[in-house]
Amino acid sequence: MKIIVCVSHVPDTATKINLGADGKSIDNNGVTFVVNPYDEYAIEEALKTKESLGEGEVIAISVGPEVNKETIKKALAMGVDRGILLKDENPRDSLAVAKALADEIKQEGAELVFFGKQSVDYDNSVVGQMTAELLGFNSVSVVVDFKLDGTNIVAEREIEGGREVVETSLPAIITAQKGLNEPRYASLKGIMAAKKKPIDEKPAAEAKSYVEVVEMKRPAPKAAGKIVGSDASAVPELVRLLREEAKVI
Amino acid sequence: MSPFKGVDYFNIEALLSEEEKMVRDSVRNFVDDQILPIIEKNYQNGTFPAELVQKLAELGVFGITLPEKYGCANMNNVAYGLAMQELERGDSGVRSFASVQSSLVMYPIFEFGSEEQKDFWLPKLAAGEKIGCFGLTEPDFGSNPGGMVTKAKKVADGYLLNGAKMWITNGTIADIAVVWAKLEGKVRGFLVEKGTKGFSAPEMKGKHSLRASITSELILQDVVIPEENILPKTDGLKSALMCLNQARYGIAWGVVGSMMAVYDSALNYAQSRVQFSKPIAAYQMTQEKLVFILNEITKAQLLNFHLAKLKDNNEIKHYHISLAKRNNCEKALEAARIAREILGANGILDEYPIMRHSANLESVKTYEGTHEMHTLIIGEHITGFAGYD
Repeated sequence: MKIIVCVSHVPDTATKINLGADGKSIDNNGVTFVVNPYDEYAIEEALKTKESLGEGEVIAISVGPEVNKETIKKALAMGVDRGILLKDENPRDSLAVAKALADEIKQEGAELVFFGKQSVDYDNSVVGQMTAELLGFNSVSVVVDFKLDGTNIVAEREIEGGREVVETSLPAIITAQKGLNEPRYASLKGIMAAKKKPIDEKPAAEAKSYVEVVEMKRPAPKAAGKIVGSDASAVPELVRLLREEAKVI
Repeated sequence: MSPFKGVDYFNIEALLSEEEKMVRDSVRNFVDDQILPIIEKNYQNGTFPAELVQKLAELGVFGITLPEKYGCANMNNVAYGLAMQELERGDSGVRSFASVQSSLVMYPIFEFGSEEQKDFWLPKLAAGEKIGCFGLTEPDFGSNPGGMVTKAKKVADGYLLNGAKMWITNGTIADIAVVWAKLEGKVRGFLVEKGTKGFSAPEMKGKHSLRASITSELILQDVVIPEENILPKTDGLKSALMCLNQARYGIAWGVVGSMMAVYDSALNYAQSRVQFSKPIAAYQMTQEKLVFILNEITKAQLLNFHLAKLKDNNEIKHYHISLAKRNNCEKALEAARIAREILGANGILDEYPIMRHSANLESVKTYEGTHEMHTLIIGEHITGFAGYD
């Protein structure tokens, strides 16, 4: 079976982000980029599925600029068989990314596709579901347990206060949540093997972006706290402030 | 705790290939997830975290530079060095395990073994299915290994070995020991398998250093090994010393990992620990200490990087390795002691990695050629006079 995993190349969550001169993007200088952490669960699940089937091919696809190849290479080093970069040096909104992916998934003829549940750059959490809609695939999001039996799927997804069991079938898109599995490390052998694995590069299918970034700014700095007193006599004033000023009780 | 980001003051990153960076990052993540959460407990209890062996094998750190056909990665010496550096940021004992398996067991089998020995042992050692150890040092012969008294004698069904070895990393848990012994007056290497009659490997207890690593004696009492267990291409003490060069190379890189760990810990502490009116990092004496450590890390990194290039180009000499091992171990130990001073009393607690690294580095400075012996190796090379005998 052909399994596709869609991966995005994102700033490391521990990196301090600075705004670019245009006020609409981040300054990439000194920013370390990594494989989107949720995509690592998606890669692992794709590899595990292939291993349990005992046959097949796992393909990693990324939409974006040339540097996204680094993330594809990491996926190859983890064991993915080949990569596809759908190249676009300009930023795209979620729908335009989904359209490029859907186009490629259709061409590859894959029926099982894994995504991370969200990319930790813009955190929109929609690309997987949009892609499913465009392709007419079933989709289960925020998945923490996945079983494939023939063409039948039983997936558990995280919901508020519990888990929901979803039964569906191929073709399907699964978006991975932390807890789905323990992503493997890129082994040294895997890193060497990745050098010989192909990465196809082609222009991403044209698609209009409906979302435009108008401005980026830092959140307002947190104001200094207020100390209303240090013993029990301050409690009435504290309650009054929480009720009337902060309006939280 | 946020993941470790490395220490790279001179943008040495720019010298690394994409694969080398991936190796470093992969081993670095492994250390964060798999070693750091368990190492203090193992260290305190004096236990080796055996559960790591399989995981380290899957990561691929055993026999990094050996060919793919044995299940190895066939990588260059920069990758090998970086892997050792990252492992030792976790713990010198864990790095020692990997060093011994790779440099002192797989390397001699690869270099001096028969095709049958290589085909049989290397894949199993790479996969962590078998563990190896290396027996050269004896109770009375440390810096002077040529004086060894362990003897081998040709007998009808193979070789008869008698003698004792000491300070053997992995000894007690090893399935295979590479034992050096004199056969008709010449030092040769032999493979002694666990369970061979007359062979035992009791653990040495009471260490204040490398507590998460197993150190053993090897006792060989009328041990008979089959004829095919001699390493056929070993040819005198120089064969054993070739193995030590491999291990010493890994140590030169490894201790930079220790330095990075203590630097990172001391810098974070100094920036948040307030005494009098400000964080102690704002005081000149603390800054001087931090700068010293950073400076030594940077120098050692550049030394190692060039050493790797010499090794990859087959231009490396044993005295080059001695210089790097000597310098880096000495500075790493000094850095650990200084880092401990920055943390004051807190520096001795196991909440921080510093005292563990400091105690480990006392051994690392001494094993695989003491600081003094490396000084004399270089001294002999530059003056033409052997200062050790």
